[in-house]
Amino acid sequence: MTVDLVVPPGAGWIGEVPAGQRLRITDLYGNQAVDTLLYDAHDYANRYSAVDTIREQGSLYLTTGSRLLSVDGDVLATIVEDTCGRHDTVGGACAKESNVVRYGMSTRHQHACRTTFLRQIALWGDGLTKRDLTHNINFFMNVPLTPAGGLTFEDGVSAPGKYVELRAERDILLLISNCPQINNPCNGYDPTPISLTDFAP
Amino acid sequence: MALPETVQDVPGAASWSLVVPRGRAIRLEALGDNACVSTLLYAAADPLERLNIPDTLKAQMSACIRPPLVLMSDLGRALCSVTGSSLDWHDAITGHSLDRHVTGRFGPSDYATNGRTLGLDRRDLHATVNWFVKVAPDGAGSLAWQEHSTAGDWVTVRAEQDVLVVLATAPHPLDPTPDWAPAGVRVTVGPAEAPGPDDPSRTFRAESARALEAVAR
Ligand SMILES: [Zn+2]
Repeated sequence: MTVDLVVPPGAGWIGEVPAGQRLRITDLYGNQAVDTLLYDAHDYANRYSAVDTIREQGSLYLTTGSRLLSVDGDVLATIVEDTCGRHDTVGGACAKESNVVRYGMSTRHQHACRTTFLRQIALWGDGLTKRDLTHNINFFMNVPLTPAGGLTFEDGVSAPGKYVELRAERDILLLISNCPQINNPCNGYDPTPISLTDFAP
Repeated sequence: MALPETVQDVPGAASWSLVVPRGRAIRLEALGDNACVSTLLYAAADPLERLNIPDTLKAQMSACIRPPLVLMSDLGRALCSVTGSSLDWHDAITGHSLDRHVTGRFGPSDYATNGRTLGLDRRDLHATVNWFVKVAPDGAGSLAWQEHSTAGDWVTVRAEQDVLVVLATAPHPLDPTPDWAPAGVRVTVGPAEAPGPDDPSRTFRAESARALEAVAR
């Protein structure tokens, strides 16, 4: 398999990444959230778990060396390079329903990451449904939690050309939504394209 | 006439599930120190609608669960409101104990079987609320489990629709205690007033009010 493509905001990508292969996600224009889910390619129920990943590494944020764990505690992938320095896995994906809660009824029909996820898994088939959508990673997104219990959405720490590189530690299925959210600073109020590039082992 | 109150003591290292109808409230009281009651929530009418911790936290700008937050489903609707607690922090970002956490330290158990009874499986797991647990970040995002709760600590949660509650009392995976003495919890279900216009959960934030409005009828 070879991947070398640009994903516009509001679009997505789904595909298998074999064990040992690397995949680079590049924030071409800066401040762009890339909502990402991972699955064991041979057992989709053994999927990425944000809470297990956070707990087992004792850290809220993902960066170089972070192991992306599954619900069964398996390492699905490792972040092997990161020129951005911090990625979120607490904030989840935007959805039309949560947009209404957060920003009011006028945002009801704006495009959202969950719609992209649902479209991509429908295209992929293989039994994937909404039940398979769980709490995701937001590459290049900055959602600090404070010792006092606060949470904020901050301007991204990313910049044009920053990238993160994953190495698949087993055969994985990767699901990506390039976030179209326009109501908060996670995309700088202006969603922009990303690129996906793979490297053979 | 309101249904009477029901009381159930769930021992440590056990699991239980119950449907709490709209208009009822559930009170959890820790029966020992450093209790951990890991809880999953689903809409009883259709468990495909379930608690979404990221949406709950980001809509209400909180790193933890505490009064008067509304616990929101992935469809932007209120499942429950946290109406009171003796504690100002309940963890929701570090997940529940897996079998291997417990069996690795304390020997085999079969506690993690409750979901199957209900027809739920791994694909239905989501981030739990871990009542009575505090795992807080420092300024750099490093997390530390803290001594936080003692016997008698409590939390009350009002059902805003008919809610399937699945709870487990396995020790939190970051609890460093070497002794096997998981705390139990007293579960009391009783009548609750519907949230009026001045309800603290409704007036907390516009986002909280909109999630409650989505289940108003
Ligand atoms: Zn999004």
